[in-house]
Amino acid sequence: MKILKCPLNGPRNISEFVWGGDLKPMPDPATATDAQWTEYLFLEDNLAGEITEWWLHAPTNYWFVARRNTITDEIIETMTYDAYLARQSNATASGDAEPAAKSVTGGSETGASSA
Amino acid sequence: MSASPTSRIENGGFGLLIDRTKPMSFTFDGRLFNGYHGDTIASALYGAGQVLLSRSFKYHRPRGALTMNGLDANTLVQVADEPNVRADLHAVTPGLAVTSINRLGSLERDAFSVMDYFGRFLPVGFYYKTFFRPAGVWKYFERPIRIMAGLGTLDPRAAHKYYDKAYLFTGVLVVGGGQAGLQAAIAAAEGGADTLLIEENSELGGSLLYGRIDGSRETAEALRRDLVAKARSLKNLTILTSTVVTGLFTDGWVAAVSGNRLLKIRTRQTIVAAGSFDQPIVFRNNDRPGILFATAAQRLMRLYGVRPGTRAVIATSNTFGYDAALDLLDAGGEVAAIVDLGATSGPAVEAARARGIRILNNATLVDAKGYLRVESVGVAAITGTGKTSAVTDWLTCDCVLISVGCSPALNLASHAGAKVVFDPAIQMHRAINPPQGVSLAGSAASLWTPDRVASHAKATGTRAAHLATGSPAGDDPGSADPGAAAITHPYPIFKSGKGKEFIDFDEDLTIKDIVNSVKDGYGDIQLVKRYSTAGLGPSQGRHANLNTIRVVSAVTGKPPEVIGTTTFRPPLVPEKFAHMAGRAFEPTRLTSMHRRHEELGAQFMTAGLWLRPAFYGAKDNAARAIEDEVRAVRNAAGLIDVSTLGGLDIRGPDAAAFIDRMYTWAYEKQPVGRARYTLMTDIAGVVIDDGVACRLAPNHYYVTATTSAVDQVYRAMTWFNVQWKMDVDVANVTAAYSAVNLAGPKARDIVQSLASDIDFSKEAFPYMGVRTGTLAGIPVRVLRVGFVGEAGYEIHCPAGFGEALWDILMAAGKPHGLKPFGVEAQRILRLEKGHIIVGQDTDGLTNPIEAGMDWALAKKKPFYVGKRSIELQAAKGITRKLVGFALTDSSGPAPKDCHLIIRDGAIIGRITSVVQSPTLGKVVGLAYLPAGMTDAGQRFEIRVDGGVMVPAEVVPTPFYDPDNARQDL
Repeated sequence: MKILKCPLNGPRNISEFVWGGDLKPMPDPATATDAQWTEYLFLEDNLAGEITEWWLHAPTNYWFVARRNTITDEIIETMTYDAYLARQSNATASGDAEPAAKSVTGGSETGASSA
Repeated sequence: MSASPTSRIENGGFGLLIDRTKPMSFTFDGRLFNGYHGDTIASALYGAGQVLLSRSFKYHRPRGALTMNGLDANTLVQVADEPNVRADLHAVTPGLAVTSINRLGSLERDAFSVMDYFGRFLPVGFYYKTFFRPAGVWKYFERPIRIMAGLGTLDPRAAHKYYDKAYLFTGVLVVGGGQAGLQAAIAAAEGGADTLLIEENSELGGSLLYGRIDGSRETAEALRRDLVAKARSLKNLTILTSTVVTGLFTDGWVAAVSGNRLLKIRTRQTIVAAGSFDQPIVFRNNDRPGILFATAAQRLMRLYGVRPGTRAVIATSNTFGYDAALDLLDAGGEVAAIVDLGATSGPAVEAARARGIRILNNATLVDAKGYLRVESVGVAAITGTGKTSAVTDWLTCDCVLISVGCSPALNLASHAGAKVVFDPAIQMHRAINPPQGVSLAGSAASLWTPDRVASHAKATGTRAAHLATGSPAGDDPGSADPGAAAITHPYPIFKSGKGKEFIDFDEDLTIKDIVNSVKDGYGDIQLVKRYSTAGLGPSQGRHANLNTIRVVSAVTGKPPEVIGTTTFRPPLVPEKFAHMAGRAFEPTRLTSMHRRHEELGAQFMTAGLWLRPAFYGAKDNAARAIEDEVRAVRNAAGLIDVSTLGGLDIRGPDAAAFIDRMYTWAYEKQPVGRARYTLMTDIAGVVIDDGVACRLAPNHYYVTATTSAVDQVYRAMTWFNVQWKMDVDVANVTAAYSAVNLAGPKARDIVQSLASDIDFSKEAFPYMGVRTGTLAGIPVRVLRVGFVGEAGYEIHCPAGFGEALWDILMAAGKPHGLKPFGVEAQRILRLEKGHIIVGQDTDGLTNPIEAGMDWALAKKKPFYVGKRSIELQAAKGITRKLVGFALTDSSGPAPKDCHLIIRDGAIIGRITSVVQSPTLGKVVGLAYLPAGMTDAGQRFEIRVDGGVMVPAEVVPTPFYDPDNARQDL
């Protein structure tokens, strides 16, 4: 089974973790339209590529952020939520938009090995 | 059956595993046979000249061993109550009772052998084509087909045996203890890594156990001895034999089976040195007993001291066949001829010539005669790819040894993610791009020449050790070996005009079946596998996949490298369910009062991982016992252990503001000393939990949650606060506190009889109050709540005091008629008040308005989790509502949870909770009905068991004590 490196606890078996969903900003419920609110609740980007998501280390109830490649299932890095926020504000401060999760469109070469 | 009484070899150098000083007898189909300690069932049977072991799956053709290594299905037998035992792996023990399978009558005279003549009713894909037309005819064929299909017998009374699991951790794992595996493991250990070598046979050495190097047996045996001695001398090298690695998973997670134990291994580096599988020649009647791989014959001789026959024909295209011929002569047998599909050369060939063996070049076998055992084989000249002349010679023999090449054992590398591609230069597959942490060695890496194998294995082992210990490692040593091109014949497949040339022995598939799969339109290799069933049997295609690909290639004109392969998936070998299930760790949570419940005769139920009393009393007296408990609570008092309820201590300057955001109602102005109902919805407005929030101090709340949702609530709270960063701490203290609910008209009398600094009088401690203090010396938090609708106190104490609290209350309550009550009674009591249970009366979509909980939604709060969604749904319009109901005739059949409400043939609602109420003497419950059908008196019909329709009507809740006077006492 996979090993996931928790920012607090270090490398642990993936069975100790709970997936928390894509990290996406909540629109202001007071000003969002019904359509915007519904889209926030139920529509997922479902990107093929690098995504940012929440994970929970269940035994210590510790929430953190991971970047994962959904095609290779490689966990690129993990960080605390505060580190994620700091990265966001550095990116906006220096004028770069947060790099959108890279999506890979089109079919991938399947060879003869998938069933 | 033809018996050769002198099948045991007298000469030295044979019988490594057997101990001739320990003879024993066993039975096969009731007949007595003799063997030695160290024999397998198959080797002992062969030793007595019994070559016939089974009948094939479809055509019931006689079969004998093919691999002598547990890799084929011809050796499946039943041993006492255990089905599907491989006779060439299972050890003989004194008195063992072995029976053959898959035959009607005796193995020699199987009544089902007529199936061999019905081949044309069983074409490839026959289950899609025959036995089901005209409509309805299948049910007449099904029963006999079910009787005929299936191997072995299950005994439902078989005793459970002991199985367990163990964890291992290592730096370098080497799979396979042959030459390459031993050398890689030695190099890894010498390179400084903790190394684990796993070998499936009982002895290390792989093909060194029976093979020759440059025609010399002594050279091979000396190499084996030296490697084994070296390996066993290394302190950081652990060796497991009779253990099979069954799957490679992510990040070096490996499963292995060793006897009755499942090993779960975490390794940093894995070297797959699992060897290769022999491949057969495909010719008419190539499946006759006595026709086996040359390596199988060599195992029989070297390991078990058994000659495979008295007069052998060897069909080969490489030097290994010649090695086997020399072994046969050394064992005192005769070699009728070596039929060489080409013109092999080398020291072994010279030695064979020197010993006068007749050699026929550029020839092959095209037919075999004999039924229960091969009696002669027909030889022909090869005239082209897959083409031969007519038979030129019939050679009399009683065994045929085959050695026309191999296919590497790439299954494990494929599990881990390596790609498998065909290399036309060597006519075998290769694993390429293995993932990080996985490498291959030996013939699995297409290396065959002994010194190439050695240098590559050492470099691979050393590199793995460096990677595992974090030292700088070199590049992957390349695995080129010119000698690999001389191993495997490109097309040992010779079609006969009369058929029965077997490609897959397990599934009884012949050349025609593969050809017809492609002709039927299933030409992609994935479809060929599934349509023809090639490779789906117990051998899992080890001896069939390569020839299947070759035939598909010949028919479609696409080369094998384009056709590709199917996917290998774990497990590599059969894993019993017992391996998965044995000694599983499933924790059970017990409350601090558990012993008292046992002593009182509680019948327990599971609530998640917890055990809770369902009721107290004999199992067959359930209904009566539960009724008595309900009556006790209504008329005197009852005590229930509610320790499993979730408890959260929420503290800090922002505690009230935090709770205000998490729950739907208003809490900022809640006075200290008061308890308030809590309802939690998720961000989509769906009800997920309810409980009670007790304000113990301005900055300290104690909030209860349901047993099953508290973990989800705790996670949600921490997830939100990681983002809100409010000045609050949330602690899940569920297990730290035990609690009881003391309910009934006598509850106050009981608590007031105990010493306490809490004033329990009605004026000082009103309904929905909360107090902290001590009760009979035990520190407590006491809540006055009314879940069951009687005056009651929910008393929480630190878990260590739980049992004492129970004892004190039970003693104090005795003179007042206090009875313990369980979860079943509690469910009835709360239902009589119409109180909902989240998860029972709410589902994955229920919003609070549907559940009749609008009163718990704060109107003036700017935000709580779910507010936006609830308002959106309210604006759209609520379509269903949860209402109370009663049956119009309580003597009729009673509905159960989830029974449907039906009108005009359509489902319009369902029952969520229902009970035969002892207090009210009628059947009441809660149900969802469409909005507009929820007024009191509305009639509807419920469909109960058996399709019976039962009338009911909407009744307002609470059913019992509608003014709530009793809980306010």
